[in-house]
Amino acid sequence: MIALLLRDLRLSIRAGGGFGLGLAFFLIVVVLVPFGVGPDRAVLTPIAPGILWVAALLAALLSLDRIFALDFEDGSLPLLATAPIPLEGVALVKAVSHWITTGLPLTFAAPLLGFFLNMAPEAYLWLLASLALGTPALSMIGTFGAALTVGLRRGGLLLSLLVLPLYIPTLIFGAEAVRRGADATGAIAPLMLSGAITLGCLALLPFATAATLRINLR
Amino acid sequence: MSIWEYANPKRFMEWTAPVVPWAFGIAGVLTLGGLFWGFFLTPEADKFGSTVKIIYLHVPAALMAINAWFMMLVASLIWVIRRHHVSALAARAAAPVGMVMTVIALVTGAIWGMPTWGTYWVWDPRLTSFMILFLFYLGYIALWEAIDDPDTAADLTSVLCIVGSIFAILSRYAVRFWNQGLHQGTSVPVVTGGRTISDVYFWPLVACMVGFGVLFIALVLMRTRTEIRVRRIRALAARAARA
Repeated sequence: MIALLLRDLRLSIRAGGGFGLGLAFFLIVVVLVPFGVGPDRAVLTPIAPGILWVAALLAALLSLDRIFALDFEDGSLPLLATAPIPLEGVALVKAVSHWITTGLPLTFAAPLLGFFLNMAPEAYLWLLASLALGTPALSMIGTFGAALTVGLRRGGLLLSLLVLPLYIPTLIFGAEAVRRGADATGAIAPLMLSGAITLGCLALLPFATAATLRINLR
Repeated sequence: MSIWEYANPKRFMEWTAPVVPWAFGIAGVLTLGGLFWGFFLTPEADKFGSTVKIIYLHVPAALMAINAWFMMLVASLIWVIRRHHVSALAARAAAPVGMVMTVIALVTGAIWGMPTWGTYWVWDPRLTSFMILFLFYLGYIALWEAIDDPDTAADLTSVLCIVGSIFAILSRYAVRFWNQGLHQGTSVPVVTGGRTISDVYFWPLVACMVGFGVLFIALVLMRTRTEIRVRRIRALAARAARA
């Protein structure tokens, strides 16, 4: 499993620049928002947590179709399915490598971009914590979505239609934690709930992902 | 003799053939009768005026929108566990019906919201949950449409339906956490047995709710029959192409 993780990480860093693209996309979305809503700092401060969360979510979405598509095309996915490690393990590793290449950099980049959106100073720590807890769930759910659409030629748009509704609970709790952190009105509860979603996804979704992969490889 | 015998496509076609017209008839009588009764034969409510009468469309549609998804979940589970093709086709047949019910509930709610709340749309938990439900229907139907092989499509949509159900319930409670709402509580709480609606409005509402339920069953049976016929035609065409 570790060998597979290292292989995926190496592939995503070296081939095709998928690693930096998500981050660049995140930056662009955040830069576009002031153009849309106006440069007024009093307007930007309250919406900053939500914007950062939505932008992080979209950036995570961007690289989802690469998770299985390349392996499916060059035939290594059937090999992985017959490998000694269970397919559930493969699904988990794929999600973890997606998280390391998108969720983790996004988590660390977000406070920097919060600075551009004039975010409340109390919110930075909560932003970091909520993204660190929430983005693994995004990767897990996204891996499931990628497995659903792996056999389709034009799966990209369908993938976002399938995955985005599943992202709603994670987004609600994550953004709510930052917002409550900014007002100091008890951010612990939403933070714990988003952690609960992540743990639930980690425990259960690999089975769903593996099941869909088996169906698609049949 | 077990209930599963009715899942055999041939048996299914046999027993549904006489049932469908009856179901449509009962649904028509109950729905139209209930709507007429509710619209013209009930007094206007104190605070709502005549706008309250949209409840006879709004509540049954909302009820069926949720129950249609639940029925799809059960049908998907049956497909995954016992692999009855009729079950997968019924789930497929129910999705557009459920989506239309969701749209009816949202639209009538918006029309009702303007005179009573002063706005067509608020980000109230119930309204938002229904919007999310609509998105789930969209994704489910889109996945069915996107996959060519019928068995693969049935498998994948079943998994999506099961996972989606969990996330739909999660969203429902997450949304409640996110915003407290304007929407009133349920008028007919089945669990507690009590109700917050007077008899004058209650009985036409029951007629409409049962009518919508039977209408849903009739539509799903009809659409499932259509799907089975489509399968048969495709099988015949494939056989003819081979010969």
